[in-house]
Amino acid sequence: MNISLLYSLVGLALFSLGLYGLIAYGHLLRKILAVNVMGSGAFLILVALARGWRQTSPDPVPHAMGLTGLVVAVSATALALALACRVQETTGSTQLTEDGSD
Amino acid sequence: MRLFSAKLIIIVLLVALAGLIAWAILSLPFNGPSLRAQVFANIGHSGVSNPVTAVLLNFRGYDTLLEIVVLFLAVLGAWSLGMVQLPGPPYPAGLFLSALLRILLPAMVLTAGYLLWAGAHAPGGAFQAGAVLGGAGILLLLTEVRFASAIVSWPLRTLLSAGVLVFTGVALGSMFLGGRLLEYPRHWAGILILVIETAATLSIGVILTVLFIGGRPSEADRTLSVKSTGKRKDK
Repeated sequence: MNISLLYSLVGLALFSLGLYGLIAYGHLLRKILAVNVMGSGAFLILVALARGWRQTSPDPVPHAMGLTGLVVAVSATALALALACRVQETTGSTQLTEDGSD
Repeated sequence: MRLFSAKLIIIVLLVALAGLIAWAILSLPFNGPSLRAQVFANIGHSGVSNPVTAVLLNFRGYDTLLEIVVLFLAVLGAWSLGMVQLPGPPYPAGLFLSALLRILLPAMVLTAGYLLWAGAHAPGGAFQAGAVLGGAGILLLLTEVRFASAIVSWPLRTLLSAGVLVFTGVALGSMFLGGRLLEYPRHWAGILILVIETAATLSIGVILTVLFIGGRPSEADRTLSVKSTGKRKDK
């Protein structure tokens, strides 16, 4: 089996698992973690595709995109965690309410 | 069993989505369009020999500039949520942790410096080096709160914004020197990239450390050495 293809499909599996976690769980920390799992899957696909199905030396442009994406994911996670802390302090709940009345 | 059926619907939809994406990946051409050839054809002019660094800091420098801006905005966003006390143990850090930090910290700074320098010709660069510095900063925060509270002031703010300021300055400067935005003068490309990466490394290290605090450090902490908890204060 082609190794790039294997990595792409593993990345796809991670992405799908993360998306399920994002939808299915209410706890904000779980949602943030789920988005990170999704992101890891996307980066894995990007790096796998950079190698191409048969190319020996990888395309550096998707690698650079992955590196950029990692940094953006880290900063977005940090901001999301700060916001989640704020939600917990303000409402006393670790979930967002359905009607958004708060 | 309403909840069960809702989850079942989600799973069915997600499996369908995953199947679609898998089909899209499988139907990609074997040697599809790639920018590989262009990168390797022009790498001699980029000022560095590592293709990923050449893409990040030269060919697609705009992406990297905006990426540092995103990091900076994350700090602004976290700071706008209000003041927090510096995180710190309710008791002085243990002997083992303090001793370990004294050994680890110089090694981490050295590693960051090496990664920064190696980025020109091998895997490495500002973000990897900045991440190592950020790790060192977080360790420092967890053990030596006295030191951490001393930097909550203008030196901290200068370091936070150094990456954005230097990168923007170089981008605009290359415009005044006759090029376009971010089009470095050819003979200066290598040194300019190193200058940008050095500023970016310091900024990223400090930004990651500050993001760990999760808010704007309270000025009152400057006079205190050890805090009881990481509890937030209202403005």
